[in-house]
Amino acid sequence: MIAFNRYYNHFNIVSITLVVISLLFLVFKGLNYGIDFKGGTLIELRSNDSKINVSSLRDNLSQMNLGDVSVKNFGNEKDFLVKFENNNNKNVIEDIKINLDKSFGNNFSFRRVENVGPKVSAELLKSGVIAISVALVLMLIYIWIRFEWQFSLGAILALFHDVIVTLGLFSLLELEINLSIIAAILTIVGYSMNDTVVIFDRVRENLRKYSDIKIYELTNISINETLSRTLITSITTLLALLSIFFFGGEILKGFSLAMIFGVVFGTYSSIYIANTILVRLRVSQKTILKEDE
Amino acid sequence: MLYFSKLRIIFVSTFTLFFILFASSNIFKSSNDFLDKKINLGLDLQGGSYLLLEIDNRPVVEQKLQNLTITLRNYFKEKNIRINNLKLQNQKLLFSVEDQFKQIILDVFNDKESDFNPYYQRFKSHQLDIVEENNIFIVNFSKQGIIELKTSSQDQALEIVRRRIDEIGTNEPNILKRGNDRILVELPGLDDPMRIKSLLGKTANLTFRFVTNNSEDSFGTEKLKYEDSTEESMVSKRIILSGDNLLDAQPRMNNETNETVVSFTLDRVGAKRFGKATSTGIGKQLAIVLDGKIISAPVIRDTIASGSGQISGGFTFQSATDLALLLRSGALPAPLNIIEERTVGPDLGQDSIKAGIIALIIGFILVIAFIFVKYKIFGLITNFALIINLFLLVGVLTIFEATLTLPGIAGIILTVGMAVDANVLIFERIKEELKNEKNNLIAFDSGYTKSRTAILDANITTLLAAIILFFMGSGPIKGFSLTLGIGIFTTLFSVYFIARLLTVLYISKNKEKEGLI
Repeated sequence: MIAFNRYYNHFNIVSITLVVISLLFLVFKGLNYGIDFKGGTLIELRSNDSKINVSSLRDNLSQMNLGDVSVKNFGNEKDFLVKFENNNNKNVIEDIKINLDKSFGNNFSFRRVENVGPKVSAELLKSGVIAISVALVLMLIYIWIRFEWQFSLGAILALFHDVIVTLGLFSLLELEINLSIIAAILTIVGYSMNDTVVIFDRVRENLRKYSDIKIYELTNISINETLSRTLITSITTLLALLSIFFFGGEILKGFSLAMIFGVVFGTYSSIYIANTILVRLRVSQKTILKEDE
Repeated sequence: MLYFSKLRIIFVSTFTLFFILFASSNIFKSSNDFLDKKINLGLDLQGGSYLLLEIDNRPVVEQKLQNLTITLRNYFKEKNIRINNLKLQNQKLLFSVEDQFKQIILDVFNDKESDFNPYYQRFKSHQLDIVEENNIFIVNFSKQGIIELKTSSQDQALEIVRRRIDEIGTNEPNILKRGNDRILVELPGLDDPMRIKSLLGKTANLTFRFVTNNSEDSFGTEKLKYEDSTEESMVSKRIILSGDNLLDAQPRMNNETNETVVSFTLDRVGAKRFGKATSTGIGKQLAIVLDGKIISAPVIRDTIASGSGQISGGFTFQSATDLALLLRSGALPAPLNIIEERTVGPDLGQDSIKAGIIALIIGFILVIAFIFVKYKIFGLITNFALIINLFLLVGVLTIFEATLTLPGIAGIILTVGMAVDANVLIFERIKEELKNEKNNLIAFDSGYTKSRTAILDANITTLLAAIILFFMGSGPIKGFSLTLGIGIFTTLFSVYFIARLLTVLYISKNKEKEGLI
């Protein structure tokens, strides 16, 4: 048996530090919002001419009065991702097409165009925040119904940890936050909850079984008993996610990366946050016997 | 937990085969109509355009209030009440009356049977609100008045948008209302929405009005720019003809001038008015005004009684075709703005499908290889259940002809990764039980029973997340929540019916064997 409980205090400090650092990043550095939430235009281009590169494309586009233009390679050398902020020119795509054809010959194909107005992006951001909040509240209520409030608190703190640290990592790495990242975060919430619930379920079972074992020991027994399941499920989920990350195309990269972070944090938090809350709240057989009566 | 009746085995097998049949109908063409269903590909996979249009209702409000000024003046004139200082300002109508008439004005506006201030039973509210401030009456649309106005202009706009898109002839467009001032347009297979965007961006409000130099015109005048130059002309506000009077419009080649023109045919009322205007106005310039700009202003040379005519204005064949199309399908009640656009080219869609399938296959192989190494014979059972699970998932999507998006494919791959969880929970539990229980049957039975609550709780939490995503998310993300959510049900079915059945069959033949798992 691994003595997970010996490190409860150490890892609580680690978790708190991670959350604080993440919050600092979120407040001071902020998130790199994509056009879904910031508004603006995104164009994915493919060129047939290997001579065209990021800097020649950028030079050309920056002469077009588009404001702040960002040009990057997208997955390979011949695909480019062009982004710029909202402007008032309704025919901006048309103008870019004409300009590129003129400057580079007919060498570009427009693979994807996305344009999000300021009103829509504000709404999307709002509904994203609402979705994540509603998810957290629902999970809180669900666990409350199924377990005691101490478990509910432990689970929800673990969820907050996962969401905040994942976002913090996105801020640190300057990865783009778009609609699919919101989907990833909601899935992380579901996954982390899933992991926590399995351990909690065992803690509750063991609380009924052993009246003389302290919660400090009892959580450790429960974690160990469910450990192989925790690891196997994390591994298969990560295998699926790594497969999406490496083979699923550029569009799913951000999504799968967020999920990979989330699965790792979620597994960690089920062991080192959710359970330590039970210990700190001195959960005992009495806590759940009230529920059984 | 370990007993399976014959009936249940038959039921499970039939059920499973039924879904596999549907899943396979995506690949094989079926002659049977009932079976001939396919998963719809989302715009991100088949390529196409998604446009969100917002109706700008301000001009409608302004126009309605403008109309009201005339009604208001006439209505109270009959009652011998003079309306003073009537003006339109910030979408509000301001006016004043002499003190002794104030109460009458308020009574008329607040009368539930009022002629020009309709009362909505449904909302328990009038169309217009009236307040008095410093002896000035301020009239504006009430909250409900605005709702009614928006709803009706949305209905009209939807109809016109549909007609315009139908005229272009794209396949299976999807045109839906969103809120009370938005219209969503999905155009599958369209990789260049430029033309549709420009057609939807035009109100196409056509009027024929006389050019006048006399600013004393009783209807009022306004200065309008020409479409193709910076020149301006003074045009009367009196409308001789409007787009409503058109029966048909077509692009034509004018043989005399070798110019592309738009020829039009008028309805009876229009023809009569056009005839009268052209007979009295010979020598005058008739301006053809589209969306506040003069296309051309030809001089009337003859009376035109035939009810048909031509619009010239330096058109190319394309622009004449588009103008004719716009005139045929009618004017929008208000301008539309494209507030969100997402277009995916067909080749990117193809690439996404390819990448998605490759990721699915590789993810699937990695997971089943891992599970086989870990659990051997029970790994095979789990893997078999996983394959059935995939068929069920695809089968359900097919039966409902659901829309599969790229994130939806990611949802399927993720389901593959998470689906083994339930079986892992069960097998790990059985292993624990076997430590204290020598009888295989009892150990397996209690393994299944004791893991059940954890499995249910774990799946319900994921389902909650999927449901929230389904209701909050749009387009591609909805597709993700759909596959993730359906995946939970198919997973539970495949674990509790398929995998359990196979497990039962296996251990009933190996009751005495030790170290079974």
